[in-house]
Amino acid sequence: MKALVWHGKEDIRCDTVTDPEIEDARDAIIKVSSCAICGSDLHLFHNFIPAMEPGDIVGHEMMGEVVEVGSSAKSTLKKGDRIVVPFTIFCGECDQCKRGNMSVCERSNRNKAMADKVFGHTTAGLFGYTHLTGGYPGGQAEYMRVPFADKTHIKVPDSLTDEQVLFLGDIFPTGWQAAVHCDIEPTDTVAIWGCGPVGQMAIRSAVLLGAKQVVAIDCIPERLSMAEAGGAITINFETESVVERLNDLTSGKGPEKCIDAVGLESHVSMGQPDTILDRAKQMVMMESDRPHVLREMIYVCRPGGIISIAGVYGGLVDKIPMGPAMNKSLTFRMGQTHVNRWTDDLLRRIEEGQIDPSFVITHTAKLEDGPEMYKVFRNKQDGCIKVVLKP
Amino acid sequence: MSLIANTVERKDNPRVLSTGSSSLTATDRLARNLGWFSIGLGVAELFAARSISRAIGMDGSENLIRAFGAREIASGMLTLSLDKKAGLYSRVAGDALDLAVLSTAVRDDNPKRGNAAMALAMVAGVTLLDVAAALGTRQQSARDEDDLRDYSDRSGFPQGVDAARREGRHEDEEPVKALSPPSPSRPEQRV
Repeated sequence: MKALVWHGKEDIRCDTVTDPEIEDARDAIIKVSSCAICGSDLHLFHNFIPAMEPGDIVGHEMMGEVVEVGSSAKSTLKKGDRIVVPFTIFCGECDQCKRGNMSVCERSNRNKAMADKVFGHTTAGLFGYTHLTGGYPGGQAEYMRVPFADKTHIKVPDSLTDEQVLFLGDIFPTGWQAAVHCDIEPTDTVAIWGCGPVGQMAIRSAVLLGAKQVVAIDCIPERLSMAEAGGAITINFETESVVERLNDLTSGKGPEKCIDAVGLESHVSMGQPDTILDRAKQMVMMESDRPHVLREMIYVCRPGGIISIAGVYGGLVDKIPMGPAMNKSLTFRMGQTHVNRWTDDLLRRIEEGQIDPSFVITHTAKLEDGPEMYKVFRNKQDGCIKVVLKP
Repeated sequence: MSLIANTVERKDNPRVLSTGSSSLTATDRLARNLGWFSIGLGVAELFAARSISRAIGMDGSENLIRAFGAREIASGMLTLSLDKKAGLYSRVAGDALDLAVLSTAVRDDNPKRGNAAMALAMVAGVTLLDVAAALGTRQQSARDEDDLRDYSDRSGFPQGVDAARREGRHEDEEPVKALSPPSPSRPEQRV
């Protein structure tokens, strides 16, 4: 089959690889009908996430038709079922899964020993990601094996298109969880850094959860126009002062809730000297992540507020102002998304017409064009915000 | 079987049968090679400054050559990073400095002027490669006017933003909170 394969930094290729097989009774194989390139795929593309190996199939946003089912997965799946696959693999039986914490499932990471050493305790297995999270082959491929498939799926009705439901596997619940983590009240201002796909979903989620005003921060005009369309007030940080605008919008008190939808690769610019220092330190491996957004959020957030982190961080960050964070009584919430905790509710909202996540798709291409689309997405060329690939 | 098969990573699956088109372009590969060349040259200039200065008839310029070596290493690291465009431009600037200094060594009273002329020619050749890589990298990563789009018609809310806001302000509904435990009424759907 054809698949997008990681061969090293900035080197993704469309290779022919062996077909997946059922390896366990709880497995299923899907024929991928749609998959997407996620912002966190770019962290792999840039080799910022440790423990990738040449030959790894990438991709963790995918859906398709079930074509083969292991004997123990037949209780919930059958051939022909149309499913979205969450990017977090979960068993549904461990203590964490029972608490709804699927992204920290205790059993699905097959490299648990490695993860225990690096993280202290293992997190869930993830598709198409580092070997720290199991090294499972991803979904930017024609076929994919789904481990723990009896639990790791979201059935979707035929009445909805792929484009409407594909993002239930990652960016929609990720934006939603980021907003839910804010415990939004009707009087709240929610400021969101980053208007990429997760940021766009976080904006819509904050609106749906009843925020008084949503403020979106980015520097790419097309992303800002999409954010504004979703009901956000926008700040272009290259032409305006984020601190001054947020204070103006909140009577000088700052936003109660702040969402980081940027993560480890924050924009580097002359106007923000700390970003240049971070980039230099990253280059000589003195720091793995660039946390400018975290610093800014801690500074602008209203005392007693909440910092919600949806953007991916991979390792170590420097110069985090913990003094102001502690003294301002800020609450931090973060984590990979517990996808299936939210998807019943989100699927209902799509079916009811409250939201149509397909708005974020700007490019649709063949799987074979994937390597080129990685660059278009990375360089934000041709107005690219979200790429969907059709194997 | 379930735990065994899902906790032991198979090393042979998937196996790449044949490789296809890559996101890495010829320009990217050229930049990468120039980056490693820069680091190699820089290390040589740092640790063999005396030999180099003698070879080109610039005795007494060891510290200058060491400084150029440090510059080469910094440029090389920048060229190998994601900011390769900046790295390549810094290499082009460095090439100009090298050419200026080497040209002073190609003079009649320098017994090693032949070596100096050869070094000058080599730097000129590498400069052409650096310029080609810098221009190619700029071209392939550039955003221009054609890239701008207006997505102001993409609200994502089929019933409009105002309807979505009203949806969020239903006072009779239980608010969705971060620390709510999983609903006991629908445990199966949750996991």
